[in-house]
Amino acid sequence: MVALDADLAVSTQSIEFGRRFPERFFNVGTAEANMMSMACGLATTGKVPDASTFAIFATGRAYDQVRLGIAHNELKVRVCASHGGLSLGEDGASHQMIEDIALMRVMPKMQVVVPADYNQAYRAVLESYEREGPIYLRFGRPATPFVYADVPQTLGSGVDVLREGKDISIFACGHMVWRALEAAEMLARDQGVGAEVVNVAIIKPLDSEAVLSSLARTGVAVTAEEHRKVGGLADAIREVAAEQYPVPLFAVGVGDRFGLSGTGEAVMERFGLTAEGIADTVRQALALKPVVRHAPPVLDNGADEG
Amino acid sequence: MPHLAPVENIPAQGLERKPRAGARKPTIVELERYATVLRIDCVRMLAVAKSGHLDSSLSAADIVAALYYRVLRHDPQRPNWPGRDRFVLSKGHAAPIQYAALARHGYFPHEDLMGLRKLDAHLQGHPDMTRTTGVEVSTGSLGQGLSMSLGIALGLRLDKIEEAHVFALLSDGDCQEGQTWEAAMAAAHFGVSNLTAMVDYNHLQTDGTTEEVMDIRDVRKKFDAFEWEAVEIDGHDMAQVVESLEWSRTREQPVAIVCQTKKGRGVSIMENQFGFHGKPPSPEQAEQALTELESKLAEQTRQMGLSR
Repeated sequence: MVALDADLAVSTQSIEFGRRFPERFFNVGTAEANMMSMACGLATTGKVPDASTFAIFATGRAYDQVRLGIAHNELKVRVCASHGGLSLGEDGASHQMIEDIALMRVMPKMQVVVPADYNQAYRAVLESYEREGPIYLRFGRPATPFVYADVPQTLGSGVDVLREGKDISIFACGHMVWRALEAAEMLARDQGVGAEVVNVAIIKPLDSEAVLSSLARTGVAVTAEEHRKVGGLADAIREVAAEQYPVPLFAVGVGDRFGLSGTGEAVMERFGLTAEGIADTVRQALALKPVVRHAPPVLDNGADEG
Repeated sequence: MPHLAPVENIPAQGLERKPRAGARKPTIVELERYATVLRIDCVRMLAVAKSGHLDSSLSAADIVAALYYRVLRHDPQRPNWPGRDRFVLSKGHAAPIQYAALARHGYFPHEDLMGLRKLDAHLQGHPDMTRTTGVEVSTGSLGQGLSMSLGIALGLRLDKIEEAHVFALLSDGDCQEGQTWEAAMAAAHFGVSNLTAMVDYNHLQTDGTTEEVMDIRDVRKKFDAFEWEAVEIDGHDMAQVVESLEWSRTREQPVAIVCQTKKGRGVSIMENQFGFHGKPPSPEQAEQALTELESKLAEQTRQMGLSR
């Protein structure tokens, strides 16, 4: 294994690897394109490179390098992107990457992993070494509550039902998973709604069977991600549902706009990326659920209209 | 039609070189003849494919011939031999010249060349490591090759395969991409001694001359400023090409060899002519080109005393 970073080793903490294994650590300075292509070159010699930088630079600046050198060649490179989403806060729009899951998801052969907390992130990094092919790992900046009490044994299929419920499914990833759990608690307490919370840590390849079986149990769903509402988790779920089990699907995420400066929590709140935001969307979705569940009214009414 | 003539029409004698321990190194005259052989292959490939970059392949023919027939330590029987030298065609659009060299060395059947750019053939428009034996890494998006080569050089250094050298062939377009200079900076920083960059400086790009479009001026000086050992040579003078390449692998620093070349070299109608980039030759142009190159080959063969 080798590690590369682009002058963010202290932020991404890849410096820890660099301290322990200086010969196998390459800090390339602020040159992300060069870093990704170097990772490709290293991988052709049999090394397993972990290339770390912020999500904005890993996917935005170096898209073509990741695409041709790493994904196209199906090389065992781990693109480890920290500071995904809005919650990095103060640095603002230039650094708040809200399109990376979309960019990596549309890239052929690229696998997309978004761990929910430190423990799952730990497992994801370890397990990435065992898995083949290129992987995009997305991490966030701030410390977050634990979703998993311990390091899980495995990532499994990447779709993990954390809380069962029969009224609605909440599919969440990354920093929105603990918020989804909190929202589910609120909904149970205040409205008696049973929300099923599903952590989708592997967005691609998506375990569509697990997604469909949750949808079949609940018949309506909300997705929650620290990302644009298009292209990411929401669309991954919608694609499966639209083809095989069309039910109302509401998305919590970022609309057609960029982020802004503020503390991480303040920015998340402004964009509705909170437990309350998820709960509100759940209530909207639930209002639509009976209309679809009691189908097909059109046929019955049609016979009367004659 | 002559440009569709079967491969067998090219005299086979002395064309395939199977590396053997203690095998005699081809002479400059022999290498010049090999370059003509590769050029003929390229014209035929492009005439059949009706697509591709012929002039960019021709300008690199002498460099590629010097590499595959003399400088590179490689073994077509063991394409994944860890100790081999690596050749990275950063100017991936010149794929035909590399394909010709690989086929002539038996990495794949020579008739595969006629599948260039065709559906389900392994010879893609730009080199593809997942499909073609002998291609070390996929290229085609300019600017990435030198970084990839540096990654390979560092990987070899970690594995203590000191004798294996990485040769990257860049175009003048590569030198307009900022990433090339990121790689140049990093190669000096990491102190690699197993990396050589050759720049096929043919002064013509898609939209015109480099001087008109974006003048990269003195490329040797630029690499020199990045603290590479940098030399400039005539990229069609085989003796200079071989000498500089062999010298480069003995240096303790990364080496840049700026090769002044002519686009379309070897085919008078294309040589130094703007407007052929990415355009295949017409049947008439291919015929003319082949006539010229084949008479050159015959002359070179005669000079070598190989004629029957």
